Amino acid sequence: MENANFLYDLFGKNIITIIIVICLPLVFVLVYALIAILAELKISAWIQERLGPMRTGPWGILQPIAEVVKLLQKEDITPTNASKLLYNLAPFIIFTGAYAAFAVIPFSQYFVPSGINLGLFYVFAIGSISAIGLVMGGWASNNKYSLMGAMRSVGQLISYEIPAAMAILSIVVLSSSMNMQVINQAQTGWFWNWYLFGGPGTIAKIWVIPFTMVLCLIYFISSLAETNRVPFDIPEGESELVAGFHTEYSGMKWAMFFFAEYANMFVVAAILTTIFLGGWNSPFNTFMQGPIWGSFWFVAKACSIVIVQIWIRWTLPRFRVDQLMYVGWKVLLPISFICFMAISLFVMLK
Amino acid sequence: MSDKKRLDLEYSTHDSDKMRINVGPQHPSTHGVLRLEVEVDGEIVSEVIPHMGYLHRSFEKVCESMTYPQIIPYIDRIDYISAMNNEWPYVMALEKMMDIKVPEKVEYIRVIAAELNRIANHQIAVATFGMDAGAFTPFLYFFRDREYILWIFEKLSGARLLYNYFRVGGVSGDIYPTFKDECLDVIKKVRKTNAEVMDLLIYNRIFIQRTAKIGILPADVALSYACSGPVFRGSGVKYDLRKDETYSIYDRFDFDIPVGKGEVGVKGDCWDRNIVRMHEMEQSCKIIEQALAQMPMEGDVTAAFPKKIRPPKGEIYMRAEGPKGDLGFYIVSNGSDKPERVKARGTSFVNLSVIPEISKGYMFADLILILGSIDIVLGEVDR
Amino acid sequence: MLPNEIYNNLKTEFGDAIIEYNDAQPTDPFILISTGMLFDICHTLRDNEEFLFDYLMSLSGMDLGENVGVVYHLYSMKYKHKLVLKVVAPKTDPKVPSVEMIWRSADWHEREAYDLMGVIFEGHHNMIRILCPYDWEGFPLRKDYKVPEIYRGMKVS
Repeated sequence: MENANFLYDLFGKNIITIIIVICLPLVFVLVYALIAILAELKISAWIQERLGPMRTGPWGILQPIAEVVKLLQKEDITPTNASKLLYNLAPFIIFTGAYAAFAVIPFSQYFVPSGINLGLFYVFAIGSISAIGLVMGGWASNNKYSLMGAMRSVGQLISYEIPAAMAILSIVVLSSSMNMQVINQAQTGWFWNWYLFGGPGTIAKIWVIPFTMVLCLIYFISSLAETNRVPFDIPEGESELVAGFHTEYSGMKWAMFFFAEYANMFVVAAILTTIFLGGWNSPFNTFMQGPIWGSFWFVAKACSIVIVQIWIRWTLPRFRVDQLMYVGWKVLLPISFICFMAISLFVMLK
Repeated sequence: MSDKKRLDLEYSTHDSDKMRINVGPQHPSTHGVLRLEVEVDGEIVSEVIPHMGYLHRSFEKVCESMTYPQIIPYIDRIDYISAMNNEWPYVMALEKMMDIKVPEKVEYIRVIAAELNRIANHQIAVATFGMDAGAFTPFLYFFRDREYILWIFEKLSGARLLYNYFRVGGVSGDIYPTFKDECLDVIKKVRKTNAEVMDLLIYNRIFIQRTAKIGILPADVALSYACSGPVFRGSGVKYDLRKDETYSIYDRFDFDIPVGKGEVGVKGDCWDRNIVRMHEMEQSCKIIEQALAQMPMEGDVTAAFPKKIRPPKGEIYMRAEGPKGDLGFYIVSNGSDKPERVKARGTSFVNLSVIPEISKGYMFADLILILGSIDIVLGEVDR
Repeated sequence: MLPNEIYNNLKTEFGDAIIEYNDAQPTDPFILISTGMLFDICHTLRDNEEFLFDYLMSLSGMDLGENVGVVYHLYSMKYKHKLVLKVVAPKTDPKVPSVEMIWRSADWHEREAYDLMGVIFEGHHNMIRILCPYDWEGFPLRKDYKVPEIYRGMKVS
């Protein structure tokens, strides 16, 4: 069981180590969120043939800081008839659900906060907590629009967890382990050892490559639905429900919702990278391979998935609720089942 | 007659299984201040009651105390997105009453200005329709192109949006030297962006799924509700005032009238109305090219201005094909220089009346798209 | 068909209900009819094979001093001819039959004529104001209209 956190070796298993281990991903997520805000603004601007923020700092680099300062100084409004406890708790529960998944994501060979054997299973279980937070936020706002947004979003989240889980399960079958670190290590070598291309193995794996590619696509689409991004952003449906489940939130609580959304985007991108794209492995065998290079490759791959998510947001229109359900249940689910069975068959016959 | 009856009506027929939602008056998607009272059963709409009047500026009352030329800026503000097309039926009506013949050059300038404004209007219509469906990017592409058109108008008339350009007997100012080249340039850009948006938005699978088979308007219902413009043509009826009741010099141009054919859904659905607008932009480009080629370069645009605008006692109803449909003016003159009555028949006022009929039975998300496909502007609805 | 032909045809059919045919230039020629037979005349105009006026372009209220009038502008899609109809009612009893069952577009036009001019259309399913607030007093487009001082406690300037 390779999770030998070198910090444990350095400081010994005591409270300081644990605190450092917890805070490092938090710092990373904070920095990443700031950069993601800027990336979203700039990429959306470039797609729409404009420049985006240019005045705050050179080429608008300090825009995220301006946004954080703005949100910090906003008035914190609570609707009169809102259920106070649930209303205040909701943003934090969503963020907890997103952040808790960071516990098992391997950033590099030597750094995974908790390399448990049930890594993938844990990620799925913990991710569902976000759904609870969403419903709490929508219901506790005492607002028809928020309630509609919350109800739609719950249906969406639950429906799309299943194709995502099937995609992950197939890879678990291929790699015969749920431990994220083990899956990562199995993909060492050139990039054709990645599970996107069938995983490590002989040329016989050519049979399974189309299925893993389809599964990667299915997982990517489900991840868009899990994070409420266009084309699945019905819960935030701007044109219809004003702002969906977070209509009544302002200031820092609203910021928490968005912070949680960006954290969630990174989590699903990280899982996709770990499982399909080789995680912290370099695509060029031993060139640029190593513990520090590992973090670089991991972050680079995850961030490019995030950029693709942002890109899609500004290109496609959004689905209607029933069409969304149709796609989830009647299109993605059967296809993922077929791929799962094909991969299981391949593993059995191997 | 008690007007309070309306307020009671709302609550007495309230079915407790269904939810009453207000869409508007402030809402990102109602294209102005319009309040729709929607009764939904879960997600299915069972009744829509529009409440308007938030933008009522008593245009008709104001006109009775102003002289005829003073009214023209007010007419701009009826359909503030395509002001050139608004002014045209009004000045045509007065010219007919006073028997004035405008110079050739003026006719060509009017045609070009009106068609450019038609393109600008359809750009906004399609852009906001896409935004209602969730696609944010075509909105910015179209607004970028619209800027070029507005720059031309600014050089032509002095204003970007509300021009006060047409006058009884001509237009207020001649074209500027580089007008022809700039118009041809704009047409090139418009064609390029249209091709791009066709790919990006109109034939996009998700967009088609959202807008096809929604808000189906049969042709006979549209006729009874007196719809006009792309709303009417989207239901398959080939009726356009520029061809069927040719005014000005439209008979000299060769252009087509696009109609909805039910290409990806049912004839008369939202997608059809939208594609009619996209094709009409192309047809307007054709008209502008022909007009620029045929336009005489010499001529004084103010030659036919009458000394005093005092139409003889009488009345007239004149209509012209605006981008949203036929906009009509009913002018009653009592021989003085102020009109007795000016009635503006707003296209969007009539087109909007069809909403309660065509949105029953669809989902709530579709209602927003149906409203967007009708393409209303509240200035015309409320005047 | 020309307006005078339509007038002659209607005169033979409805007799006294057709009061006047006025084609003094430069006006559009119009036919003045009595309010009692308005619904039947309009029905004939829409359904009769010679007329086929299936498109109601505009319906306007008019203030004629002691009377209120309603002007109908009709159009036929098939024959492409137009017609102007007028009815007159006294201001003390401004009732005119509603034609919303014939042309659905008359629905909102009639509500607007009621709202701004005070013409009451009998048989309309929902005769309430459309542009002014629902509890507004008075009919703004009339020549003798005085703007109220106070509306719901707010000063109307």
